[in-house]
Amino acid sequence: MAKQSSEAVLWSLFSAGGVVAALLIPVHLFLFAIAFPMGWLRPPGYEHLMLLLRLPWVRIYLFLMCSLSLFHWAHRFRYTLYDGLQVKHLNELIFTLCYGGAVAGTVFAGYLLGNWSGP
Amino acid sequence: MFAVKQPTTKVLPLYQEFHPRWYRPRVSVYWWLGQWQYLKFILREISSVFVAVFVVITLLQLRALRAGPEAYARFQHWLQSPIALAINGISLFFVLFHTITWFNLAPRAMAVRFRGKRLPEILIAAPNYVVWALVSAGVTWLVLR
Repeated sequence: MAKQSSEAVLWSLFSAGGVVAALLIPVHLFLFAIAFPMGWLRPPGYEHLMLLLRLPWVRIYLFLMCSLSLFHWAHRFRYTLYDGLQVKHLNELIFTLCYGGAVAGTVFAGYLLGNWSGP
Repeated sequence: MFAVKQPTTKVLPLYQEFHPRWYRPRVSVYWWLGQWQYLKFILREISSVFVAVFVVITLLQLRALRAGPEAYARFQHWLQSPIALAINGISLFFVLFHTITWFNLAPRAMAVRFRGKRLPEILIAAPNYVVWALVSAGVTWLVLR
């Protein structure tokens, strides 16, 4: 029973992360990783980004985007490895690595965005 | 229950009474390469890896921003390198694949009926795309302002 309910929680995180990733990642990825480095658009200055990051809701937004996306990855990647590579005998190791990675990323995001002490 | 005397040798009998032999053909590890539908499924699943790659790069970017203007300039310089552009280009392809497949799942997940008829899938998927466009425009506006 306990196993089933934790699976439901993990699935909810996967689902919420799927929505967040679908809605938010394309625009962030396109702007910061493609359009600005390629010089298609003028990148925002350091000061402007720091101004945005001083807003608490921006940091909460970024935290949720990072954390939920990682839990989305953890769930999907876990089943890809189970089914795609037929490695069910490594279940527990894969489970630990995937969700451990998501938790580690969440903690790191919390550390970066929690006590923002930018210059 | 077991009226039949068990054999004393370690050799398993080839045939047991009332016990069906399962038909379980072995599936190749590369089963998903055979059909476009299967390949699409695996590509969709693999998109999650690039979601994680994006998060890692974003967290490194935030760390660079925290470290100061010089560190951030170095990070921006790294983003211009061919390897970073290649990774992020592939990521964008997979993330868009995730977005489209995710949005198009909505009509399958909920069958909305109107006057006894199922609404066409496009009508249920369309709001997702509208929200996507609005959110993308909002983020772009905030960043470029």
